[in-house]
Amino acid sequence: MCGIVGIYLKTKKFEKNLGKMLSGMLNNMESRGPDSAGFAIYKNSDKKEYKYSLCINNLDFSKFKKDILKKINNLKLNQYSDHVIVKTTEIPKKFIKFINIEFPEVSIVGYGHSIEIFKQVGNPKDVVKKFNLESFSGTHGIGHTRMATESAITTDGSHPYSTGEDECLVHNGSLSNHNNLRRELRKKGNAFTSENDTEVAAGYVSNSLSNNNSLKDTLVSGLKDLDGFYTFIAGTRKGFAVVRDEIACKPAVIAETKNYVAIASEFQAMAHLPDVNNAKIFEPEPGIVYSWGN
Amino acid sequence: MKLDLKKLKLRQVNEQLQSLDRKINDRNFTIINPEGNHAVCAGLNEELNINIKGHVGYYCAGMNQNANITIEGNVGTGVAENMMSGKVHVKGNASQSAGATAHGGLLIIDGDASSRCGISMKGADIVVKGSVGHMSGFMSQAGNLVVCGDAGEALGDSLYETNIYIKGKVKSLGADCIEKKMDKKHIKKLSLLLQQANIKNQKAENFKRYGSAKKLYNFKIDNISNY
Repeated sequence: MCGIVGIYLKTKKFEKNLGKMLSGMLNNMESRGPDSAGFAIYKNSDKKEYKYSLCINNLDFSKFKKDILKKINNLKLNQYSDHVIVKTTEIPKKFIKFINIEFPEVSIVGYGHSIEIFKQVGNPKDVVKKFNLESFSGTHGIGHTRMATESAITTDGSHPYSTGEDECLVHNGSLSNHNNLRRELRKKGNAFTSENDTEVAAGYVSNSLSNNNSLKDTLVSGLKDLDGFYTFIAGTRKGFAVVRDEIACKPAVIAETKNYVAIASEFQAMAHLPDVNNAKIFEPEPGIVYSWGN
Repeated sequence: MKLDLKKLKLRQVNEQLQSLDRKINDRNFTIINPEGNHAVCAGLNEELNINIKGHVGYYCAGMNQNANITIEGNVGTGVAENMMSGKVHVKGNASQSAGATAHGGLLIIDGDASSRCGISMKGADIVVKGSVGHMSGFMSQAGNLVVCGDAGEALGDSLYETNIYIKGKVKSLGADCIEKKMDKKHIKKLSLLLQQANIKNQKAENFKRYGSAKKLYNFKIDNISNY
């Protein structure tokens, strides 16, 4: 069991409240996933500048700041507990290599022009508070509360998984063919940092998107290639998409109003959202891909 | 009496309704702000009228006996699961496994029910005004499942003695489920159920009946692929 949530704003009305709306959703999904939590927030930003979401683990922030600025000086750093958002014009290929070599204890949680990702072990309520999610604004966001089943409770085992620029994926369920698929994707050049099944699904999506397939087509072909139980929410710069496997044991409910689309494992995650009782509420049908903004 | 789930804990509300003083005559309750809570009104056993204003989570009205419960919203997984008697009326849509294993009583769903509606039902009557998802009526043993809309894949897979009545299209039938003749007694029973669910625009004669071919009741090696 895990809890997944997502919110996509159709109008600008609630952009300043996005973090608040998403934090309420995550808090309410604590019962489905008390082991770890994470979220990805998308906001419009400078197209020339990249944002790198880093988890500095046990490193001291001021020391990390001093050390990194010594090597590259055109950086802006924002600290959120043990996560740091680095803004720079340095391109991913170069910067990721630089971090991996110079700061091996730092994990790169995600990167892109729009995405900021935070994830950590612990109770969702504590994780949400620690990263001050309520203060975030943005256009859409995705979150996850984890009840660990097939791999360890670690930051690397937490969702969302981001395996490409401005991409992320959260998952409720379990995959049975992830080891085989990981081997195949590694041959194609995808890198994986954990033994987690969801990371493989994220890698599968990234691989397909990099071959110029649409997110919708990618998830449709995923119905054939990914074996197991799942409800996925996959996010990109433009929006997100939702799909449930054809057996549909893993729940999902969608609430749509003129201002937003919200998705969650259970309705109670969105009971606090504005005007939700007048929303169009429905369950995504098995094996059908629903997408917004893409 | 009005019970507010924003002010009272779920357990307080359920305990109050489960251990009602029999000398009290007021048997009408309204529950407000259910906010998707699970197990609202589970385990009631007295004749009560309860109106829930809003959407509820899993197992609402589970194990119900005697109570008449109306939900003015959508319900999560397993509404009225293992109901013994009474009536549960959902005015919105229902998630999967609605009326699972229910032994008796009447479950009415005004909207659609998703997959596995009436799974393993053991004698209840379920009337769905919309459509039902895949594997509905799976291994159902007794009772009636009425669907005014369409049914998803593998309807009535491995069922026993339940009668399934469908007005619309059936995507596919499950193992050992076949269309059966509508006799007078079936039309009579279905008419009564439509009447109880206050459905006036449907005629029992226009439904098709599905039931068990009874080929899987006992193990036969020839049927191995169907088990």
